[in-house]
Amino acid sequence: MTALLALESVHKAFTLHLRGGLRLPVVEDANVSVHPGECVVLGGPSGAGKSSLLKIAFGNYRCDHGRVLVRDGDATVDIATASPRRIIALRRTVIASVTQFLRVIPRVGAREVVAAAGREAGLPAGEAATRAADLLARLNLPERLWDLPPATFSGGEQQRVNIARGLVGDHPLLLLDEPTASLDAGNRAVVIDLIRARQAAGAGVLGIFHDADVRDAVATRIVDVTRFHPRQAA
Amino acid sequence: MTPRVRVPETGYNFAYLDEATKRMIRRALLKAVAIPGYQVPFAAREMPMPYGWGTGGVQVTAAILGRNDVLKVIDQGSDDTTNAVSIRAFFARTAGVAVTTRTRDATVIQTRHRIPEAPLAEGQVLVYQVPIPEPLRFLEPRETETRQLHALAEYGPMHVKLYEDIARHGHIATTYAYPVEVAGRYVMDPSPTPKFDNPKMDDCPALQLFGAGREKRIYAVPPYTRVRSLDFEDHPFRVQHFDRPCALCGAGDVYLDEVLTDDAGGRMFVCSDTDHCEARREAGHRGEGA
Amino acid sequence: MTTDDDAPLLRVEGLGKHYGRRLGCAGVSFDLHPGEVLAVVGESGSGKSTLLSLIAGEVPADAGRVRFRLRDGRLADLTELSEADRRALMRTDWGFVRQDATRGLRMGVSAGGNIGERLMGVGWRHYGEIRSSALDWLRKVEIGADRIDDHPGSFSGGMRQRLQIARNLVTGPRLLLMDEPTSGLDVSVQARLLDLIRGLVAELGLAVVIVTHDLAVARLLSHRVMVMRAGRVIETGLTDRVLDDPAEPYTQLLVASVLAA
Repeated sequence: MTALLALESVHKAFTLHLRGGLRLPVVEDANVSVHPGECVVLGGPSGAGKSSLLKIAFGNYRCDHGRVLVRDGDATVDIATASPRRIIALRRTVIASVTQFLRVIPRVGAREVVAAAGREAGLPAGEAATRAADLLARLNLPERLWDLPPATFSGGEQQRVNIARGLVGDHPLLLLDEPTASLDAGNRAVVIDLIRARQAAGAGVLGIFHDADVRDAVATRIVDVTRFHPRQAA
Repeated sequence: MTPRVRVPETGYNFAYLDEATKRMIRRALLKAVAIPGYQVPFAAREMPMPYGWGTGGVQVTAAILGRNDVLKVIDQGSDDTTNAVSIRAFFARTAGVAVTTRTRDATVIQTRHRIPEAPLAEGQVLVYQVPIPEPLRFLEPRETETRQLHALAEYGPMHVKLYEDIARHGHIATTYAYPVEVAGRYVMDPSPTPKFDNPKMDDCPALQLFGAGREKRIYAVPPYTRVRSLDFEDHPFRVQHFDRPCALCGAGDVYLDEVLTDDAGGRMFVCSDTDHCEARREAGHRGEGA
Repeated sequence: MTTDDDAPLLRVEGLGKHYGRRLGCAGVSFDLHPGEVLAVVGESGSGKSTLLSLIAGEVPADAGRVRFRLRDGRLADLTELSEADRRALMRTDWGFVRQDATRGLRMGVSAGGNIGERLMGVGWRHYGEIRSSALDWLRKVEIGADRIDDHPGSFSGGMRQRLQIARNLVTGPRLLLMDEPTSGLDVSVQARLLDLIRGLVAELGLAVVIVTHDLAVARLLSHRVMVMRAGRVIETGLTDRVLDDPAEPYTQLLVASVLAA
């Protein structure tokens, strides 16, 4: 062993009951694994099911068939069948996710949003606060914004808060969905450094990177998801 | 002073109420004595006087009165107000019992508002006229819920009333109907006695009976029962203090009433307990206004 | 994870209630652990408020049982507790925040008295301490200290709900039941209240059952969601999974019916 994450023969389809039970297969027989230090990049055109795979790995989408194995210390948990409580525990300390959208809490300041995520991940309060400030500084978020709620920020600013929140803890598995989509070249470079540092520390990354420069900089392996694409929509 | 009438009015039962009703009330009284402070429901009768005139107290008195009893009736501490005179006359006529104004001579004392200043003794019975028996009504209008609160001794809400007092006035401003805990169990409303008299209820040698006619409740404090006024550690229970003695008898440790003496704003403070005041004056005590 | 962590705080098993021939709810079972927030969602008449009343023991259940882990570790069947113990539990270890604040507050009593009542109920007899605790809670729920002697009748809807929360949390309960705490409030007031609830729940490690018809409320506050329809649970699971990948036709309809949850 052992992979940090192993998607084994994963099948996923949406059944749209509001449209007469229309069944939309998304992935079939997907097999992807991520080992410590690896950055596995999901490749393929949009609509190929890249985001769905990330969401299945995070437990956000259910998995119809197959297994989604996540290593938690000495234990292995199958996200496909784990209880909600177990999945929440994994998200606290094992799996971190950065999506393109920051779900903001109305009145909490940016620094506190990040620090709270750190505390949630088990960091002592002081350490979480220090790391939050450090990350926001490295991501060039102007300090005058730190205590303001991110709801009022630009897309790029929100995205940096989102990245900081995902990376503040010591989660061994990172799921990154276009984390650099709305960042300029300078900040993309910072994110690349942050990801590489985590890889070097033994974390595994499963990600979607639209920008070729970021992808080339971090990817240790690219998995083309078109091969998991359903042959024929039913 | 009302003359003694040895022969009761004909055409009425002894002390007005029929024997079955008196027995019913006595059963309620026995239960009330057995469960100090607990409000016992009883089938209160219509009395030949309006509610608010002491119909509850009168029924209790009627139920316990014997031919050899000596009755005293006070209203606001006074033996000669309309209410006191009427009730005394009522029992003098319907029961033919002896009546008195002397606290120490009375075996049964019916009262509205006051506990006599002279210490009560074993064998005496103090009957209170009660308008509102439920101490929790202030917070909780539902009778089903207040009974539940009593049953489970959930008396936190009772302190909310005292809390509100302090919050509003800086001290516990409740001066009448000040809630007490009886025998460490039930919280009881001594309404509408001034809190000045609360300490007299504690460990009292006399039997204390409470009757609420309109609300059809009876409760009791047996002799020598612990009666504790509710309070806060940092706002302990205190009785009212008067900054002067009685103008007539000079007593300094009694409850005073303000009396207007003329149309020009003249006034003085005198004992609310008229019998106590008279007894002191007969013993030679004199106040500044005497 | 130790076995202690795995011990549920609340265990609901097969809970059901009929009102005559009309179904209130049936066959509802779930475990709730310390720190967990469960949202019960559904439309009016789905049985979610009935469920809350059954859990709180305000309405007797026809079927099933509710067990709660007492502070001594015992998992007690609430119907087997004495009325005195059950009520003592309700006013110390449980909180119930109601949709209608006038039912959850004493409207004739000041804000400070409303907060202090539970403390006095558990034997606090020091006015100064009760007062300072009330002030502390007013601050936590963002009500000005100068309002401590005002009656809730003079408060806005949002303030009344915050006062209700303070009144319930002052004794440090471990379980909080909330029935549509934000409905009927202006959107901006809702946001503030939700944020406050979210913060307190996280800070105090409360277990919460929150009934709401608002999926955004469920999304923001809960870890797990239970979708009810016509008295039955039709779908349950991780909140983001149920909302982002709903399986049941009705859940899909609910999710599709809101603008952005």
